[in-house]
Amino acid sequence: MAQAFRRFLEQLGEVGLLTRECARQAARRPFEGALLVEQLDSVGVRSLNVVNLTAIFTGMVLALQMGQFLSRFGAKIYISRVMGLSLFREMGPVLTALMIGARVGAGITAEIGSMKVTEQIDAMRALATSPVKKLVVPRVLATVLMMPVLTVISDAIGLVGGVIIAVTQLGLGAGYFFTSMVQNTRLGDLTSGLGKSLFFGYLIAIIACSKGLNASGGADGVGRATTSAVVAAAIGVLVSDFFLTKLFLAVG
Amino acid sequence: MKNGARPYISARGLYKSFGGRPVLQGVDFDVYEGETLVILGGSGQGKSVILRHLNGLVAPDRGEVLIDGRSLSGLGENQLYDVRRKVAMVFQLGALFDSETVYGNISYPLREHAGLGEAAVAARVAELLAMVDLEGIERLYPAELSGGMKKRVALARAIALEPRAVLYDEPTTGLDPIVTMHINELIRSLQRRLGFTSVVVTHDLRSAFAVGDRFALLDQGRIRFSGTAEQVRTTDDRLMREFLRAAF
Repeated sequence: MAQAFRRFLEQLGEVGLLTRECARQAARRPFEGALLVEQLDSVGVRSLNVVNLTAIFTGMVLALQMGQFLSRFGAKIYISRVMGLSLFREMGPVLTALMIGARVGAGITAEIGSMKVTEQIDAMRALATSPVKKLVVPRVLATVLMMPVLTVISDAIGLVGGVIIAVTQLGLGAGYFFTSMVQNTRLGDLTSGLGKSLFFGYLIAIIACSKGLNASGGADGVGRATTSAVVAAAIGVLVSDFFLTKLFLAVG
Repeated sequence: MKNGARPYISARGLYKSFGGRPVLQGVDFDVYEGETLVILGGSGQGKSVILRHLNGLVAPDRGEVLIDGRSLSGLGENQLYDVRRKVAMVFQLGALFDSETVYGNISYPLREHAGLGEAAVAARVAELLAMVDLEGIERLYPAELSGGMKKRVALARAIALEPRAVLYDEPTTGLDPIVTMHINELIRSLQRRLGFTSVVVTHDLRSAFAVGDRFALLDQGRIRFSGTAEQVRTTDDRLMREFLRAAF
């Protein structure tokens, strides 16, 4: 137990040091624009399918469950308000983060980890270049930038899933669904979700990069690092979500 | 020691432990300008660890490395970049970037540090590939190359910035005898043509004799014996003689 706690603190320290080096290298010229664009595509565009699929089914399930529950009280007309709130504040950012943590986080750790165990990271250093600048900065920036975009898309697709159920199963009009949702959703509901997604993006990418850079022991080591990155990112997202929720509720 | 030459690389009392296990326990040696020093030793003795100290990839627990008279102690990663442009390294398995083509790999240091236009970079890559007898393979990926070709491309990448010294980590491990001979000849001919200082670590004494001017034997974390080829052949040192007997 004490050893596990020590290991946790060590990893926290590694992530902290990597964050500092990442900020330092990001500020150093030249700016690696081409590498960033490549990562924006890899993190964002190529994640659209998995995010969309997750979002539409989440929206539909949420609408089914809520519709059933609210119908008991004759309150199914409130479904769009409930859905807007849950999707914007929680389901959108958290589920998108979990999917990105699995898809992108695993990819980053596996890629950087295999470069580490085949000495490619050392080769970068030996060629007088920074692996943090070349690998970590573009991945962290791309994930931080793309997470809110993917979250907004996920929110929208989730609502589409919700409206499909509202119209076909609950007998509500699509126009009413959206009007009611817009009237009852505050900007703060959306921005708190987007604020969370920015932090989740940073967390996923920095954990994945750190695990990759610390991988050792061949293919087996890369496998262990990848599993550990996905688990750590998922736990990090869920735990930080609680504190971020408290924070956003406190600041209104 | 060569007449009149001064040390370009020096190790002074290097100590290094990993996870409480001592690997280096007071390693001292000098590599003189323009010569090739071969560090011999069995597997797991810490030969590669020594090499990684010489360009600052690893920092010693105690002791220091001097490059051209300048100590690496206390230098940050960014300050070590200057050293690494002068002291290049060829990794055991090449360590080529597998997402890049041969062209991408060799042009990497040129694009990062040489400030050349794309045409000049392309010309230099072609020139470097010719130096390692591999013309016209710019578009291939590392996965499409044989072990010997990877080592040659890694060598071309290492000498792209015209370093003052090259460090070789087991340059012939895993290669068949003929390819081994060709790589040894290449190392020797490039060293003669370009005049850089070299440090080669290997456990293969035949290869060592093919490329080296002087030889140092690492045992239990220290340099146990050092000398010329002639001194290696005539030494009374038990371990060195065992190495000789096993090789020939």
